[in-house]
Amino acid sequence: MQIIVVGCGNVGATLAEQLSREGHNITVIDMKSDVVHNVSSNFDVMGIVGNGAGYSIQKNAGIDEADLLIAVTGSDELNLLCCLIAKKAGDCHTIARVRNPVYSREINFIKEELGLSMIINPEDAAALEIARVLKFPSAIKIDTFAKGRIELVKYKIEEGSSLCDQSLKSISAQMKCGVLICVVERGDEVFIPAGDFILRAKDEISVVGSVKNSVLFFKKLKVPTTRAKDAFIVGGGETAYYLACQLLSIGIDVKIVEKDKKRCSELSELLPQATLILGDGTDRNLLMEEGLPQAEAFVALTNFDEENIMLSLFAKSISKAKLITRVHRIAYDEIIEELDLGSVIYPKYLTAEMIIKYVRAMQNSIGSNIETLYRMSNDKVEILEFLVREECPVVGIPLVELNLKPNILLCSINHKGNIITPSGQSRIGVGDTVVLATTITGLQDIKDILV
Amino acid sequence: MNYSMIRYILCRVLEFEALFMSLPCLVGIVYREKSAVSFGAVMLVCFAVSLIGRRFKPKNKVFYAKEGFVTVSLSWIVLSLVSALPFYLSGEITSYTDALFETVSGLTTTGATILTDVEVLSRSAQFWRCFTHWIGGMGVLVLILAVLPLSGSYNMHLLRAESPGPRVGKLVPRVKTTAMILYGIYMGITLTGTISLMLAGLSVYDAITLSFSAVGTGGFGLLNSSVGSYSVAVQLVLTVLMFICGINFQVFYLLLIKKPKEAFASEELRYYFGIVFLSAVLITLNTRSLFDNAFDGFHHALLQVTSVITTTGFTSRDYNMWPEFSKTILFILSMLGACAGSTSGGFKISRFIITVRSIKNEVSYVIHPRSFKKIHMDGHVVESSVTKSVLVYAMIYIFIFLGSFLVLSLNNFDFTTNITAVAATFNNVGAGFGMVGPSGNYSAFSVLSKFVLMFDMLVGRLELLPILILLAPGTWKK
Repeated sequence: MQIIVVGCGNVGATLAEQLSREGHNITVIDMKSDVVHNVSSNFDVMGIVGNGAGYSIQKNAGIDEADLLIAVTGSDELNLLCCLIAKKAGDCHTIARVRNPVYSREINFIKEELGLSMIINPEDAAALEIARVLKFPSAIKIDTFAKGRIELVKYKIEEGSSLCDQSLKSISAQMKCGVLICVVERGDEVFIPAGDFILRAKDEISVVGSVKNSVLFFKKLKVPTTRAKDAFIVGGGETAYYLACQLLSIGIDVKIVEKDKKRCSELSELLPQATLILGDGTDRNLLMEEGLPQAEAFVALTNFDEENIMLSLFAKSISKAKLITRVHRIAYDEIIEELDLGSVIYPKYLTAEMIIKYVRAMQNSIGSNIETLYRMSNDKVEILEFLVREECPVVGIPLVELNLKPNILLCSINHKGNIITPSGQSRIGVGDTVVLATTITGLQDIKDILV
Repeated sequence: MNYSMIRYILCRVLEFEALFMSLPCLVGIVYREKSAVSFGAVMLVCFAVSLIGRRFKPKNKVFYAKEGFVTVSLSWIVLSLVSALPFYLSGEITSYTDALFETVSGLTTTGATILTDVEVLSRSAQFWRCFTHWIGGMGVLVLILAVLPLSGSYNMHLLRAESPGPRVGKLVPRVKTTAMILYGIYMGITLTGTISLMLAGLSVYDAITLSFSAVGTGGFGLLNSSVGSYSVAVQLVLTVLMFICGINFQVFYLLLIKKPKEAFASEELRYYFGIVFLSAVLITLNTRSLFDNAFDGFHHALLQVTSVITTTGFTSRDYNMWPEFSKTILFILSMLGACAGSTSGGFKISRFIITVRSIKNEVSYVIHPRSFKKIHMDGHVVESSVTKSVLVYAMIYIFIFLGSFLVLSLNNFDFTTNITAVAATFNNVGAGFGMVGPSGNYSAFSVLSKFVLMFDMLVGRLELLPILILLAPGTWKK
């Protein structure tokens, strides 16, 4: 597909790289020539310097033939204008990033009236993800499928856990709780495990199953499953606001440390229930005084990645809190992993994931067959949820008899709201959604799983 | 330096070399010539080596601009060394240095020859000489990029290192598609040229070889008289072909996608038209006593001007006999070259425009010390990094020119011969004045001089830096 990306910041560059790798023709537009130069020499994309909302610039970038325009500049208004003009000039699909809460509240109106295909709010998405983790702090990451009915929980096996040195077969025989371990990450390696795979301490496993069953699984493992009672947030940006809204609504106490007085007063207007602390979140005394050692969850959301990482390391040393660290910019994922910070949130990947999901769905002529897409461990593994819209070669046949490509694991079937953990005799029906894990990237449709 | 990646791409280059060589081999078989054996042998060896090399795929795929430059220049050197073998093995050129000179001259689209009599060559050898022009005109790595599924960021580095011009851009987002479009246009022009030449009365073989030579703006001919003894119609077709291939290929792409306005907005293109026309008129006036009628004079002047400015080097008349003014115009045009992004060599008109405008700016700074002015071309600002690289290019150009000139003077030939030999090879024209003029050749030069001239040809074709980077010690550090 012909895709135009306006804005070459963090997200823009990530999108250009990943979409170009998926085989699309990408043109990037940015006002700064050095940024454009950088992106176009590092990835196989074409760069244009100029204002992406300009009609002639869009013409130049080939808006006439474009299928999709994605506006991810720093300014909401510019993004919306870009999409509006692209819609009129090229009649293509448009995706805008809008982060200002004032607009987010009216997001559906804007989307409808301006004819946008999709609006993404990375701050909101990050907040949602953080909130999910805080509901179950033992997990590193929780993703959901089938409108929240299926959960994918990433969990790190501790030393001495009953899972250590056991094969998957014997685990499922002992546990009997209808969940599946679908991905195992061990250091740099990733496995889609078979039944005889043996788990080790420090492996990161991803467990998929219905919400009830996964709670059961972790209870049997004697892992605490209760949610955090309070959250200590440093940095009062947009993400903090969205997060606080969500946490307060489910009854988690929120404490936000913000050093800007104006922002503090804004937040106190917006969030009357939250405790707001005016002060520097990097001040050790302040953190101690405000009771960081007793906190159950610590969320570092300042605007500086380095500061967030430092703060989390500090919190790790003095408390038992669940740590959540936001990393925006820096590209040293593997080093950050080594620091063992627990959950690390990368808004740029979240945004890219959402857009790539949309783009893959667009490629399907019938419409969206990919319901959900998550990527793990540097995009080596994808967890996909497909909707089976019509009769196709996978429907109605026992799974053992299907000739699947290697490295595909069917994890879960949602049959009219019943969550089935598939066995060899299970069948897929029309209207079901199927969750699967794979190391093959670029699957478009459920049919693609067959050889 | 990622040596294994470079080795891998070089093996793929050899694979293509084997493919290229199958054509002259075929020609040899058709005309039942002995030289087909030597082409076949080299072809098989290339193929075998590339097969072995391809078995070891590089693990480390890190590829930066540095690797791109080194790969491109090494590819050209390897290609030259291998392509010279058939001439030497079949005994048609007795010394390997001479065979190499002939090949480098072919691949770099120079057209300088060391042969005193080209008509005695076998047909397959003549075909190969002209075909190397065609390969070198658009570049072999561009072809590889168009055909092979090389994914990753490194293909841009390869494209940039092989394509001529101060600013190398893509036509479409993907390098692969860009390369395919470039070769598509190139093949289209070649095919049209061949058919036109056949319509003008040439045999199939002559039409194909001559159109390779003209489209690649190379200049090897089939006859000792270059293109002088062909009919006016053939000469006209060749003039048009050369002229077309001196134009930036981006212009054709814009025409193909029906954007003629943008295509003709290129200032370089307008200067190119202007310079060719003006020079042809001036030479016609200057040489009017030598020709019977004005049409004849203009025809030969235009052919000569196009041939020199596109750095082809075809000659229809011995311009050594022309007045000094005409000769000087031709000499200056040979240094200038045609448009960036074409198959021609030389300094390129766009670089000339940028240089002239920076001089103008510099003068205006003296008059208005606080003035602030940026250089514009085609309605866009030329970034200062581009201007800087153009000016540095000019300086390196002069230094290499003078250095080569100094080494050549050891031959003790006359001043004109030496300086035009360097100019003709460095700018990939092929034909100079004096002993290297239309009726002469390069056989009299010493071995050292020949190697210096080969270096000049390669440096000229790849636009200085890719070859120079090979000489920098920092390149080879692990």
